[in-house]
Amino acid sequence: MLKEKKSKTGVFIALVCVAVLLAVAIILENTLDPTKNTIFFTVLKKTAVYALVACSMNLLNGFTGLFSLGQAGFMLLGAYTYAILTIPVAQRPAVYYIYNGSAINFSLPELFGGGAVGLILGVLAALILAGVVAAAVAWLIGLPVLRLKSDYLAIATLGFAEIIRAIFQWDALGPVTNGANALKNYPTFSSFNIKGADGAVTVRLSIFVAFLLSAVCIAIILLLINSSYGRAFKAIREDEVAAEAMGINLAKHKRLSFCISSFFAGVGGGLFAMFANQAQAKTFTTAMTYEILLIVVIGGIGSISGSCIAAFLYVACSEWWLRFLDNEITLKSGFKVPLLRNGFRMVVFSIVIMIVVLFFRRGIMGDKELPDLFRKRKNTKAKGGEGNG
Amino acid sequence: MQYAISIVLSGISLGGQYALIAIGYTLVYGILRLINFAHGDVFMVAGLIMVYLTSFLAGTLPTGAAIFLSLLLMLILTVALGFFIERAAYKPLRSAPRMSVMISAIGVSYLLQNLATYVTGGLPKTYPSLPLLSETITIGGAPTKWVTVITPFLVIALVLALQQLINHTKVGMAMRAVAKDFETSQLMGIKINNVISMTFVIGSALAAVGSMLYFTNYPSIVPLSGALPGLRAFVAAVFGGIGSIPGAVVGAFIVGMSETIIKGSPWSIFSDAFTFALLIIILVVKPTGLFGEKVTDKV
Repeated sequence: MLKEKKSKTGVFIALVCVAVLLAVAIILENTLDPTKNTIFFTVLKKTAVYALVACSMNLLNGFTGLFSLGQAGFMLLGAYTYAILTIPVAQRPAVYYIYNGSAINFSLPELFGGGAVGLILGVLAALILAGVVAAAVAWLIGLPVLRLKSDYLAIATLGFAEIIRAIFQWDALGPVTNGANALKNYPTFSSFNIKGADGAVTVRLSIFVAFLLSAVCIAIILLLINSSYGRAFKAIREDEVAAEAMGINLAKHKRLSFCISSFFAGVGGGLFAMFANQAQAKTFTTAMTYEILLIVVIGGIGSISGSCIAAFLYVACSEWWLRFLDNEITLKSGFKVPLLRNGFRMVVFSIVIMIVVLFFRRGIMGDKELPDLFRKRKNTKAKGGEGNG
Repeated sequence: MQYAISIVLSGISLGGQYALIAIGYTLVYGILRLINFAHGDVFMVAGLIMVYLTSFLAGTLPTGAAIFLSLLLMLILTVALGFFIERAAYKPLRSAPRMSVMISAIGVSYLLQNLATYVTGGLPKTYPSLPLLSETITIGGAPTKWVTVITPFLVIALVLALQQLINHTKVGMAMRAVAKDFETSQLMGIKINNVISMTFVIGSALAAVGSMLYFTNYPSIVPLSGALPGLRAFVAAVFGGIGSIPGAVVGAFIVGMSETIIKGSPWSIFSDAFTFALLIIILVVKPTGLFGEKVTDKV
């Protein structure tokens, strides 16, 4: 990876790009008809969430070279922390009806005074706590696990994710986690829509909020990667022994990378809960980790902007663009297109992924960022935006 | 007592079924240093092939012949699948970093699961009841299926045969050599690709037998039914020391046994968690597993 001098203009351009993107998000959401474009809006929100989680995984797998498969577990921790802390007190008996009410009887948005301010502060605090919980657990897990190498590390983190999932479904923790049942009725992205006096939505901000939160987190990851810590991570990825010889404390930096990655996975989990409108342990399976890993691979291992672009392509393909493959199509001439039926979309999709994995091993971006591409051609542009936050 | 006997019996038979899958993992890992994430799905596909073959052949042949023929065909097709996966998804990446191969394995697993969902339409498929294996027998007052009794013996017989193959034939010698040192064995004139294909063939064949035994005990197959048994079998392989066949068998029996015991207790939700806890403990305490060889890192 090229070492670039960060100039003031570069940061400025990056900020402008993100601002433009956010503005476009607001305009799109308020001009397009929400009933006709539901899929498009869903894709955008899910992209924001997956981009963040993919970047957090990229920090660990792509930049530090630690192959971890525990992302879904940390997302689960984040999602549950967020949900448990933000369900309104009045809703708790309804959500926890099996366990006769919740053991935790406060809700952060209400603690901050309710209303719009309370909502914003409460959600932010809950998201940060979601990250902190995930990072704390990661620290604990890291103590034994980070001593392992490559595929052993992968399988051990995967194991921990499964253990976390089992613990959250445990009946004895029901009053806190609601057992195997879903947590719901907490503030979601749509809660940020501004409503008029009659209750009708006047300004839609749900996509904007999703993009903003995700962009801020990704920007922090990007700053970290460009800092001296980031260079230490890359050194560890390239050659552990050489890095150690250069005076990098391996254990400390690995732990740091693992905890930070888990922090953002936790925040991403919180965002996922906001996106999905409910948090349930059974959604955070190994398959979810694989999905995120494939996004990272498609985008290019070691490229943040690649992860963002791939997150959009992945989500859009799986939820939207390939939908038509799931329905039977009969042409005008009466010819019935063969093979098309429920499930074919995912088959085509996984074949495409296999082709990428086998023949385009470097993914969309390799280990380059978007601005690197411009630099090659014009050689004048400095650092640009990091893609679709 | 009756309850204890039935738990022990099903634990042993589950362990035996895991052992057959675990050997596939351990052989491949020993040679390619690759966790073949797709192996569990090959196991599931073997089950599905059996379902479709029996229903296809049942109309044309008498029942006994149909079952026998489909077993044979299932074995051949599964072996072909394993061979094909290796050639298509792992061979092109022979010189790539290990992480790429592992990602490719995850991709294959994803593909097989989606393919299975497409073919079955996402509906659970009922596994055909096999003569003898599916019949009920009572041991010590505990009713069980014949498959429970036959599994351990079949597993031991297969493992002994495999040990003979590996220790006393030319192919086996080549396999041991490749597992020891990839490049040197290539210099000695061993055709590496053939040896690796052979490994996948053996692994898939054992997985096919394992799927026959495993699914006889379960009412139905869904596209995801290979994933967890696959992971558990991998844990078993690591537990016993990866690369070691006796280790895989012992590990599988321990994993199978503990899973059945926990499933029968009030802590049943933790059965998988316990399996993984076992994995993490062994990795931290003795990373080479029970019977694994010690490898030193060279700079």
